[in-house]
Amino acid sequence: MTEPVLAVERLARSFGALKATDDVSLDLRAGEIHALIGPNGAGKSTLIKLVSGALAPDAGRVRFLGRDVSGLDVVERSRMGLGRTFQVSSLIPEFSALANVLLAIQARSGSSFRFFRPAMSERDRVERARGFLAEVGLSERAGVMTAELSHGERRLLEVAVALALEPKALLLDEPMAGMGPEGSRQLTRFLDGLRVRAPILLVEHDMDAVFALADRVSVLVYGRVIATGTVEEIRRDPEVREAYLGEHGP
Amino acid sequence: MARVIPEPALNAVLALALVAIPVWASLSGEVFTVTLATRVAIYALAGVGLNLALGFGGLVSFGHAAFFGLGGYAVGILAHHAQTYAPLAEWPFTIPGTQAMPVTWAVAMAASGIAALGIGALSLRTSGVYFIMITLAFAQMIYYFAISWPAYGGEDGLSIYVRGSFPGLNTLDPLQFFLIAWVLLMLALILSALVRRSRFGLALSAVRQNETRAEAVGIRPFRIRLVAFVISGMITGLAGALFADLARFVSPSMLAWSMSGEIMVFVIIGGVGRLFGPVAGAAIFVVFEHVFGGLTEHWQFLLGLTLLLIVLFARGGVIGLLAGRERHD
Repeated sequence: MTEPVLAVERLARSFGALKATDDVSLDLRAGEIHALIGPNGAGKSTLIKLVSGALAPDAGRVRFLGRDVSGLDVVERSRMGLGRTFQVSSLIPEFSALANVLLAIQARSGSSFRFFRPAMSERDRVERARGFLAEVGLSERAGVMTAELSHGERRLLEVAVALALEPKALLLDEPMAGMGPEGSRQLTRFLDGLRVRAPILLVEHDMDAVFALADRVSVLVYGRVIATGTVEEIRRDPEVREAYLGEHGP
Repeated sequence: MARVIPEPALNAVLALALVAIPVWASLSGEVFTVTLATRVAIYALAGVGLNLALGFGGLVSFGHAAFFGLGGYAVGILAHHAQTYAPLAEWPFTIPGTQAMPVTWAVAMAASGIAALGIGALSLRTSGVYFIMITLAFAQMIYYFAISWPAYGGEDGLSIYVRGSFPGLNTLDPLQFFLIAWVLLMLALILSALVRRSRFGLALSAVRQNETRAEAVGIRPFRIRLVAFVISGMITGLAGALFADLARFVSPSMLAWSMSGEIMVFVIIGGVGRLFGPVAGAAIFVVFEHVFGGLTEHWQFLLGLTLLLIVLFARGGVIGLLAGRERHD
């Protein structure tokens, strides 16, 4: 078996007495969507931060593309091709949608230390940025200031920015959060096609989306992974039903 | 919405008014007005420097007097050696003093750039109010150093007997000296306008607005900010060099914290982050000082009141009042 794209090995992180991440191991293989579910406060966001490098673990390792990246920070992991979206949209509010994507392209392929030529006049880059916006269906909103986009549009822009990094793996932190049912369905279809470009570690509360998309699911409760398996296995797992799915119904 | 003037048109009017008034004054023999306009241009240049850090980068530096003063002292010290025919250094080779402006400007910008690199590298590890205080602390260190260093005048400062020279120009003619300052101001404004729209400007603005996002796409905020801080310090240092030649005198007061405050006032009154903000702000400052300063020694009360009103009710400063909200790419 080939090595997984991303592997989390026995990761742990506490805040005081609270074990937010408790001996977590999981991996992300090429071509798959691996969903991470769990009740509020289960430690999903902490785990995403540990994987992206925003938070340092107390113990354990993160391997990405066959390399131990535990000592690398957010910027270095991003440059290696670890793209992410944020649970609460985190974009550049006073930039247009296009400029947000352009910034990612600039960071990915080339230097930010160019002082004279207007960034918006670099045709090939701007065209590529428009391409990513078109993929998520935001072509017509390219020139709109990000602060003026609707909530759903900002969620899509987050995804476009992550794609512009030409990621080798994606961490999507609740991409559907706050989207209407139609928006969720659209994004679900889009993510479905995305897994072949980059495997996705998907944190999501929308169970319809998770069961439609995930190749594998890991269930996180009180910082621990209590089960990992296919959607069917997870649905049947009695411990999972008790801890989590029972509250929602399958 | 109130009727607004397009910002490029407003900028052009400001640039032309700033050159038209002293030319007219010079023709009608009002030399003092030319000197006032020169101060506006030099203060504006200092503000253009700060605006790059403060306006574009969100770096509230309360220590830009350090760069203004270092630029001034570079000119003063070089002139001092030129006047006394004592070389600046004799080993490993003889470095004489000089009063050639292109050389003194280069030295002033190099000195303030190096200082900005050092101060920035340490201060930029903090943010918010700590950054303000650390930049202030560094400027104060340099201020007290200047006061306690007798070789170059200490508290009394250094006199420059004859203004520095520029090839082909008579710098002693107030209008010609003004034009030098005005051209440098315009060049700095063009540079600012270019930098702001460049890839670097995009990154700097991104880092100011959302550091987390910038890091997530792989941009290291520290490096971007440090480069911006150095460019900012160099421009303010150049303004200090011109100021020394205008006053034909440098003293620790150029390094004082009140000077940092004044440069910040130019930027805030004119409009933080607006290209011509420092020009408008410096003009208002100098006019207030001249007009109200002649009536009462408490003219700064009026300036403070204006500043207060702008901070409370007109965040875009004077440029924001006239040209409305900024347009973005």
